[in-house]
Amino acid sequence: MRAARRYLAPVALIVVLLGLWELAAQWDWISNALNIEDFLVPAPSDIAKSLWEDRSLLLSNGWVTLKEVLLGFAIAAVAGIAFAILIHLSELARRAIYPLLIGSQTIPIVILAPILVVWFGFGLTPKLVIVALICFFPITVNTLDGLRSVDPDLTKMMRALGAGRLQRLWRVELPTALPYAFSGARVAITVSVIGAVFAEYVGSSEGLGHLINQAQAQLLTARSFAAVVVLSAIALGLFALVTLIERRVITWDSRGVTRT
Amino acid sequence: MLTRLREGTPDAAREGRAVAATAEAAGAPVRIEALGHAFGELRAIERIDLEAVPGEVVGIVGPSGCGKTTLLELVAGLRPADSGGISVGGATDPAERLERCAYMPQRDLLLPWLSALDNAGLALRIAGTPRQEARGRTAESFERLGLAGFERARPGELSGGMRQRVAFLRTLMAGRPVLLLDEPFASLDAITRAEMQSWLAGVLGPDRHTVLLVTHDVEEAIYLSDRVLVLSSRPARVADRIEIAQPRAADRAASVTSPGFTALRERALRSLAEAAR
Repeated sequence: MRAARRYLAPVALIVVLLGLWELAAQWDWISNALNIEDFLVPAPSDIAKSLWEDRSLLLSNGWVTLKEVLLGFAIAAVAGIAFAILIHLSELARRAIYPLLIGSQTIPIVILAPILVVWFGFGLTPKLVIVALICFFPITVNTLDGLRSVDPDLTKMMRALGAGRLQRLWRVELPTALPYAFSGARVAITVSVIGAVFAEYVGSSEGLGHLINQAQAQLLTARSFAAVVVLSAIALGLFALVTLIERRVITWDSRGVTRT
Repeated sequence: MLTRLREGTPDAAREGRAVAATAEAAGAPVRIEALGHAFGELRAIERIDLEAVPGEVVGIVGPSGCGKTTLLELVAGLRPADSGGISVGGATDPAERLERCAYMPQRDLLLPWLSALDNAGLALRIAGTPRQEARGRTAESFERLGLAGFERARPGELSGGMRQRVAFLRTLMAGRPVLLLDEPFASLDAITRAEMQSWLAGVLGPDRHTVLLVTHDVEEAIYLSDRVLVLSSRPARVADRIEIAQPRAADRAASVTSPGFTALRERALRSLAEAAR
């Protein structure tokens, strides 16, 4: 009952919105108002039809995009945590790397993506670079915040017990930073899907971005909307997966190290 | 509810004694001569002389903010001293002193991701003892400290008194001859604190540790110590030295209400009031 009540409001809203959209599309309100062809405004029922009829196309291309996202995210997670540790341990590294880290976020992906395609071709590499570039920042910054959030009294206690720098990192700072790293990962995994599709959109021979590109060229709007639905499903699924892993890994009360 | 009941058991104190007796502490005297310390312009400690031999508990009371915690950090070598001499078991070098001292901070500072057993055995793990061996050695003391059954509990599941016991055992398991206890029971309620005091009295009774006990609770200091130093407000100096004839009596309630105890407490409180002036 409680679960039903929790999901009632969002589900009801979605149903109402889809209903309105369906009516608006069926009665050609939007296409008339915008003065465009009717088939350019697919109704939810058209999209559902496309989801079913194009299922093998959507699945195979969705799989390509999912692989890009997972690989790019994995690269970003490893590199992000490694950089966070490096910056945390060394003042010199902090001063050297931090400006670059922030600078990397100011690069417009829109400009970078076509250049990467020129450099690396239509294959997997430019997609991984873009996904990793997008995911890297939230993971690194959050992990670093976590590493720095360790209670100074805890550090003193560890020193008194004979723990050196690496012991403190391993036994206290990394476990403290873990919930922070997961927060960063949740942000990263959500935006990573957008990054992958954009990279495909710019230059690719497969993937959901490529599928959308082609569908739009052929004015198959229902199919491109169906691809977007699959994309959202992938993003939601990955978000849920990260949250699930977080719950499995962080079994302690991570709101504060000590309560006095 | 269960945890609270366990804390009061009279066995706990007796069992604690056995643990301390088997602790590997060989004993190291602590000698402090003309110690002075300042934080920039702020003079924290004017001059403190102190001597404590193995088996002795020296209580240190003083108004809040008088530099009691700083004193312990200086002894442990966690902070370099400005002037004066500190020797722990003959060592004056801060790093060597740190190796001889086990410091128990005010807050329990248990790691929330480790079980009570792993928290208590932290020092062994840091020293490179394999996990299973560390657990085994810690578990032996665990049972006798009245913590049995809580080995796998996370700190979040323990009561304040239990957490403090785990923190004390963690300090003990470091195997250092000198214990520096910094207001170990300050965060507990009055009833639990009284229970923990008799428990600690039992643990420290026949033990060969050299103990410096910082507290703001005069009664706690007199009950647990062989000697109580009353410090003045900042900059701290020794305002009074009180020798306690019969420390750590088995019956705490009877001891703290006896005429002798009351007289000592009056003297300490008067010294404190004068020192704060």
